[in-house]
Amino acid sequence: MSSQDKKPFVTEDSNVLTDTRDARMSGQDNRFNSKLREAFGSSPFILTKFDKFMNWVRGSSMFMLQFGIACCSIEMMHTYAVKHDLDRFGAGVPRASPRQADVIIVPGTIVSKFAPRMKRVYDQMPEPKFVIGMGSCTISGGPFQEGYNVVKGAEEVIPVDIHVPGCPPRPEALVYGVAKLQERIANGESSPVTVKPYELEQFGDLSRDEIVDELAKEIDEDDLVMRYNWADSP
Amino acid sequence: MSLEEPQDSDQDQPAVEGRSLGDELADLLGDHVLSREEHLNAPGFVIRPDEVQDVLFKLRDEAGFDHLSCVTAEERSNRYESIYHLKKYDDPTQEASVVVPTDKDNPVSQSAEPVYRTADWHEREAYDLVGINYEGHPDMRRILLPETWKGHPLSRDYEQDRPQVVPLREHANPLEDDHSGDGGDTMFLNIGPHHPATHGVLHLKTTLDGEQVADVESDIGYLHRCEEQMCQQSTYRHQIMPYPDRWDYISAGLLNEWAYARAAEDLADIEVPEYAQIIRTMGAELCRIAAHMLAVGTFALDVYGDFTAIFMYAIRDREKTQNILEDLTGQRLMFNYFRLGGVVWDLPEPRAEFFEKIRDFLDDLPEALEEYHDLISANEILQIRTVGTGVLPEDVAKSYGATGPVARGSGIDYDLRRDDPYGYYDKLDWDVAVEDGCDNYSRLLVRLREVEESAKIIEQCVDLLEDWPEEDRTIQSNVPRTLKPEDDTEVYRAVEGAKGELGIYIRSDGTDKPGRFKIRSPCFSNLQTLPEMSQGEYVPDLIASLGSLDIVLGEVDR
Repeated sequence: MSSQDKKPFVTEDSNVLTDTRDARMSGQDNRFNSKLREAFGSSPFILTKFDKFMNWVRGSSMFMLQFGIACCSIEMMHTYAVKHDLDRFGAGVPRASPRQADVIIVPGTIVSKFAPRMKRVYDQMPEPKFVIGMGSCTISGGPFQEGYNVVKGAEEVIPVDIHVPGCPPRPEALVYGVAKLQERIANGESSPVTVKPYELEQFGDLSRDEIVDELAKEIDEDDLVMRYNWADSP
Repeated sequence: MSLEEPQDSDQDQPAVEGRSLGDELADLLGDHVLSREEHLNAPGFVIRPDEVQDVLFKLRDEAGFDHLSCVTAEERSNRYESIYHLKKYDDPTQEASVVVPTDKDNPVSQSAEPVYRTADWHEREAYDLVGINYEGHPDMRRILLPETWKGHPLSRDYEQDRPQVVPLREHANPLEDDHSGDGGDTMFLNIGPHHPATHGVLHLKTTLDGEQVADVESDIGYLHRCEEQMCQQSTYRHQIMPYPDRWDYISAGLLNEWAYARAAEDLADIEVPEYAQIIRTMGAELCRIAAHMLAVGTFALDVYGDFTAIFMYAIRDREKTQNILEDLTGQRLMFNYFRLGGVVWDLPEPRAEFFEKIRDFLDDLPEALEEYHDLISANEILQIRTVGTGVLPEDVAKSYGATGPVARGSGIDYDLRRDDPYGYYDKLDWDVAVEDGCDNYSRLLVRLREVEESAKIIEQCVDLLEDWPEEDRTIQSNVPRTLKPEDDTEVYRAVEGAKGELGIYIRSDGTDKPGRFKIRSPCFSNLQTLPEMSQGEYVPDLIASLGSLDIVLGEVDR
């Protein structure tokens, strides 16, 4: 067991004596003598943990959500298209429906009107799901941070796994960010769910203050709302 | 200070000798005019808030001002003010501003919507951001901010740190809403705000009758990131320039920067060296090619519905222009290359290599365009989809203030590069592409032809730059470190952006930051035409029309 702990992919090959092995060793059948075989040892089987395998699969085949917000989405399109071709890394199939996507790249400034919609799209994605924040706006609001209507970073609304800084980041930077995310997923390190200061909540659940009192007539108590408090924002 | 400006441009007009456009219009308007103002670009007439329609009807029908460029609203110390910037499609150098002051306590002004349809959204925006009410407006609601927003953010007493509550209502239920009430059998359909075909975060509330569009209403504001506020907080000299790049972010950065540069240079009376003007012209046209390439690529994507060859080819050609622009400016997308009075640095060294790169690109371009024509415009499938769909007649386009390829696709021969020349355009040999089919196909053709014209312009610029005398390569004129234009100077200046007339209105308040900075976005006006184009069409043709409008939400919402 102890040897397996050290090298989880490799089976002790002295225990595996099969016809295939004999054929391979004696030179009758050369088909299995590949580089991979040298790496893995003689066994035609690889033993690994299912979790580890699933993580590897997830990291190697990610479906991105086709989700454009602002300037960064232009660079995101360039990342998917010729020259940069994100598909080389097994992460370049943009899906139009959130139901089919694993990763959402948030490419741009989020404003108060859009934040609830983005939250909804994120909620519609099946688990496990990952978020790449692209550009300065998803980190802090970027150049528009002082705007009256701008949400100060994507992390105010949904948890973000990888931040790619830049305004906008070059496609190379986004590729690096995606590769980093894949690496983290494959190593099982991804998606620590961070604190979400602004959850959607029922309007009726909001603690009463002058704003809420003022709005009470206009909004149905059953409505989902987001509450923005710029003064307390980071 | 600059009564001369409009007079100069009127010299060749059939006006009575020695009388300015302002005097003539004042005579026409007679008692309506309370007082006269002079904006740097146009004469201004102050009128009563309940006579807006009378005055505008007169100016439109008797003086020929058929283009309402923009409505600027602002709150001054003792009044609210709406300014209607009028132009003529035939000759955009003829301009007039109608200034409507309203009471501070009860800011109500007559709506201009019956005169110019485009005033609809412009006045809604003025209501939303500044808080002026327009009497007789068909639909006085917020347009950019959520409906529950408290306060008007560009008014003087707005507290930005107040908390705000924004609701997320469930989408209207199609089964209940559509079949109830009048017993009709229409269906309600939300398209967007997250939808691949809306080119960003646009929300279309469509009502369908079978598969045909009975009604469509655009819901914008999902990317309203306070660009005007940002510019009003920044200094003229350096801080504003990065923002224009982010209005129309489809690589049209230099075109937008030019809009700000032109307005601010006129405001502060700055000369730009000829050499810098040629570099600007070349860079701007490269941007136009990049922008039109994306427009064509995504339009094909909308019509054919997949990330196929055309989209990839378009991106390939964009990459080439972006490489050239990166050599020139140091950036792929957000160039920040213009400065007031010139550009930030000279052409990259070795220059011969840079020119070679541009020439290679231009040499390959005809073949690439041939390919696009084979794949798109000559393709029968695309023709069936686009010829005769999304029809926008000329007079409708004018009343909505459409500009750019949308107007030129409807047979309106209007291009500010030629009609209101700036930069180096009037010294170069090129044509304005106009198609009079008024449909989606014409707009596509206009874009493809404009790419050819841009290539012509770039080629001539490269020729000029190659032979430019070494000792005369001045890239910036001498501009003071801090600009403080005279108090209360007002200017509205526009350039031909990739999508149309991109105008900036600036009012200086004697400090080094603008008192009011208003952006006239071409997409904002163009998008308004969508209901006209798509009513009665099939849903896929609605999507094609939207693609052919080539909107950028960053510029629609600002």
